[in-house]
Amino acid sequence: MISPKLVEVGRHLNINIITNSEIKTVEGEPGNFTVTLSNHPRYIDPVKCTGCGECAKHCPVTAVNRYNKGLDDRRATFIEYPQAVPLAFGIDTDTCIGCGLCENVCIARAIQYDETERESRVTVGSIILAPGSMGYDPSKLDFWGYGKYANVLTSEEFERILSASGPYFGHLSRPLDREEPKKIAWIQCVGSRDTNRCGNGYCSSVCCMYAIKEAMIAKEHAHGELDCAIFNMDIRSFGKDYEKYYLRAKDKDGVRFLKARIHTITEIPETGDLQVWYIDETGQRQDEIFSMVVLSVGLQIPENVADVARNLGVELNKYRFVETGPFTPVETSRPGIFTCGVFQGPKDIPSSVTEASAAACLAGADLAVSRGMDTPTVQVTEQQDVSGESPRIGVFVCNCGINIGGIVDVPAVQNYSATLPNVVYTDQNLFTCSQDTQDKIKEKIIEHKLNRVVVASCSPKTHEQMFMETLEACGLNRYLFEMANIRNQNSWIHSKTPAIATQKAKDLVRMAVARASTLRPLAEKVISVNKQALVIGGGVAGMNAALGLAKQAFRVFLLEKETELGGLSRKLHHTIEGGDIQAYLKQLVADVRKNELIDVVTGARVTNFSGYKGNFKTDVVAGPANTKLTIEHGVIIVATGANEYIPTEYLYGQDPRVVTQLQLGDRLEEIGVSDLSTVVMIQCVGSRNSTNENCSRICCQNAIKNALIIKKADPAIQVYILYRDIRTYGLMEDYYTEARNLGVIFIRFDETNPPEVKSTPEGLIVSVTDHILRMPLEIQTELLALSAGVTAADTGSLCGIMKFNRNPEGFFIEAHVKLRPVDMPGDGIFLCGTAHAPKLISETIAQAQAAASRATTFLSKSEIKLSAITAKVDTEHCVKCLTCVRSCPFGVPVFNTEKQIIEIDEATCHGCGVCAAICPRRTIQLSFYEDDQLNCKIDALLAGGM
Amino acid sequence: MGSASGKISGSVMVVGAGIAGMQASLDLANSDYYVHLVDKLPTIGGMMARLDKTFPTNDCAM
Repeated sequence: MISPKLVEVGRHLNINIITNSEIKTVEGEPGNFTVTLSNHPRYIDPVKCTGCGECAKHCPVTAVNRYNKGLDDRRATFIEYPQAVPLAFGIDTDTCIGCGLCENVCIARAIQYDETERESRVTVGSIILAPGSMGYDPSKLDFWGYGKYANVLTSEEFERILSASGPYFGHLSRPLDREEPKKIAWIQCVGSRDTNRCGNGYCSSVCCMYAIKEAMIAKEHAHGELDCAIFNMDIRSFGKDYEKYYLRAKDKDGVRFLKARIHTITEIPETGDLQVWYIDETGQRQDEIFSMVVLSVGLQIPENVADVARNLGVELNKYRFVETGPFTPVETSRPGIFTCGVFQGPKDIPSSVTEASAAACLAGADLAVSRGMDTPTVQVTEQQDVSGESPRIGVFVCNCGINIGGIVDVPAVQNYSATLPNVVYTDQNLFTCSQDTQDKIKEKIIEHKLNRVVVASCSPKTHEQMFMETLEACGLNRYLFEMANIRNQNSWIHSKTPAIATQKAKDLVRMAVARASTLRPLAEKVISVNKQALVIGGGVAGMNAALGLAKQAFRVFLLEKETELGGLSRKLHHTIEGGDIQAYLKQLVADVRKNELIDVVTGARVTNFSGYKGNFKTDVVAGPANTKLTIEHGVIIVATGANEYIPTEYLYGQDPRVVTQLQLGDRLEEIGVSDLSTVVMIQCVGSRNSTNENCSRICCQNAIKNALIIKKADPAIQVYILYRDIRTYGLMEDYYTEARNLGVIFIRFDETNPPEVKSTPEGLIVSVTDHILRMPLEIQTELLALSAGVTAADTGSLCGIMKFNRNPEGFFIEAHVKLRPVDMPGDGIFLCGTAHAPKLISETIAQAQAAASRATTFLSKSEIKLSAITAKVDTEHCVKCLTCVRSCPFGVPVFNTEKQIIEIDEATCHGCGVCAAICPRRTIQLSFYEDDQLNCKIDALLAGGM
Repeated sequence: MGSASGKISGSVMVVGAGIAGMQASLDLANSDYYVHLVDKLPTIGGMMARLDKTFPTNDCAM
């Protein structure tokens, strides 16, 4: 999943990757900082290194493999992992003996032993700190036996054990004897939620979920029955659809969840098994034997990372996370320096990605006047028309150092390729991907009037784009290019049978040449981008998104269906940290109202919608007079919000003493607590049940927030919170601790045995079975607050018009759960706030800023180049069976009832080829992958006499 | 927004090249800012590149 991102970052012309380096000092001010970096030597020049791996192959020194958490070895010359970017080796001088072998074998002459520590200076306008975290080191906590018993591992080590690129190649094995474990225990909250031994009072937010994942994957990998037990205090599956994942593990995969803190682990020396001692829910001491124990270690900011931040004048909290405000989630205490990811606070990948975009929004907004000033401009060479010419193919065969050349007889392959039809030039290169070879290829294209190019080397995944750019640079259409992968799919696999590898290389080249002859130049359509944005929803999310875009100098139309801006936040008073939401909202509305680039349209309803990325058109009816307006815009941000669930449980609506947390918040604000002696709260009302399986994420902190207000106002008031799991993730755990310290009583109940509420004139009687006493309790109270969940806003008619996809709960579906949490599946459409899923106000603000950043990536361009690889319908032979309409994952093919034809819009087509493959009449062709362009490869392969 | 010299840079430095640093860099680079992406390790990717699968879809992290 991350691999394509690595490649994208590595290839981006506007990104300069500086590895082996650390930030030392920052001088200057926002807009104009001078950053001093320490550049540590790598001892191998990443520009010259081709990643061939000869150095590591010859290195005689064994070193601990940091990438696999020390569970296996590597050489002193090393690369972290095969997909690494930059794809360049380095020398670990802690273990290198300086034998010089790597220098002798490096054909690219990249080894530089004499490289020294350097310092460099860079001028930038903004800085984003995203240094991430380390897993907690549990060796200090002796009772878990980490470091003492071989089969006690950290979760980070277990990730590597499960991985196919890990120390045991993905085979589920224990370190002691490589035996497959039969029983594995996960121990939660190691280095988290523990002020007693490690001082990390916070929740690391991700460990419950990764433990569930590791248990599920381990079960998949196991050959027989595998018993997985997760020992926990609370299961915190609070993210979007995370509860469903937990239920799947529990109910379908049979993962056991035990509420217990483990106090001792001892090894059984004869077997290496581990005896785990704990107190079960009935108060009985239990011991159970496991073949392996995984410690779910928390996320921790290393001291040296914290030191760097402090040196820059960035304030950190007591746990070394960056101090940020509830309404300024990615801003540090030093103007111009922003933060995101786990350094901001413990969080999962989607939240990190969201915050990263938010930080980019603010970092860029400050520099909007200088946008494009520092980025390189690409020279566009005019394309020559080769359409009338017969194919003149040049074949370049790569040795890849000795990666290919050491196995495959490259001169033989080159000679063979010269005999193939339409081939007029052949060559072989030591490294076809090197910069000097690109110049050579350009020279040969011109000299020999080549109009098709074949490179026989490695994977198109990593190198095709680069070679296509080489073609483009000398006026040849980029689609007149074909690759034969004679390394990854040949020399690496058949390294022990060189003759066969050479034959296969010839076959692959013959196929590539055949296809090259059929290639046609393709034009990439260019569409203009309307630089206006439409934001739907005028709550905290929509307003922040609008401001984010306006700061980048784009015009925004902000639609709100009510007559007033603010949405649900108009009903909120304070954040759990004490942030004044009404004061914040007042300022936010004022900022939006006075911003000249933002047009606020209230009382608005969307009536019609058309267009595609960069060019949308939306009709709106607005205001009391139903004024009609048509807005043309390049992007859309959906921020339609959510509501508090209206309970039907626990006498809500029948007895006025039963309220929701929002209503309790109002009451505390308006009349205070003086008339109260007891308050009971019930969690998970309208969440985590058969109608709504999901957790509503915010209710636990809501209850604790209100409980703290009550207890601080009058400690004598009894507050009971009846809960199933307390989910105060991240730094909010401190408030849970504080509530317990202030005497709030937490009583856990089971989903199958929920509390009961009776109405009597003296008060409400709440009955619940106490989980520690294991006895029924009756609590008389004058106020019962229900932690009602979050329900999606009614967006049915909007979705009917704009064709947005929602999940069964009515929340909008993002393009990718992990890596594109702010994008909607349609290009140019983004999503933020509670329209996406339940979230806190700080998380809503971050996602809104993120949506503005994502939209800016579109709006900052005047035009968008569309991929030339799109599907086309031969309408004359099409029988209108609608198979393509039903099959397209993006809903692109449509039946035009007027013209009676199937239409595929090339602006919205993703070029996936599903329709072309499935069309029973073969009337759909995917350009660059047309039937003849694929069939000819098969013909060429078979022509070799296979 | 102004600085004493009156000169506003069009570049941003991102410190840390894990998934967060990479996403911030890509957004800025795609919005026509120049990005210096700094990492102390010899390769980018951070912690996510060290995971096997990811929740809640069990997709491969790499």
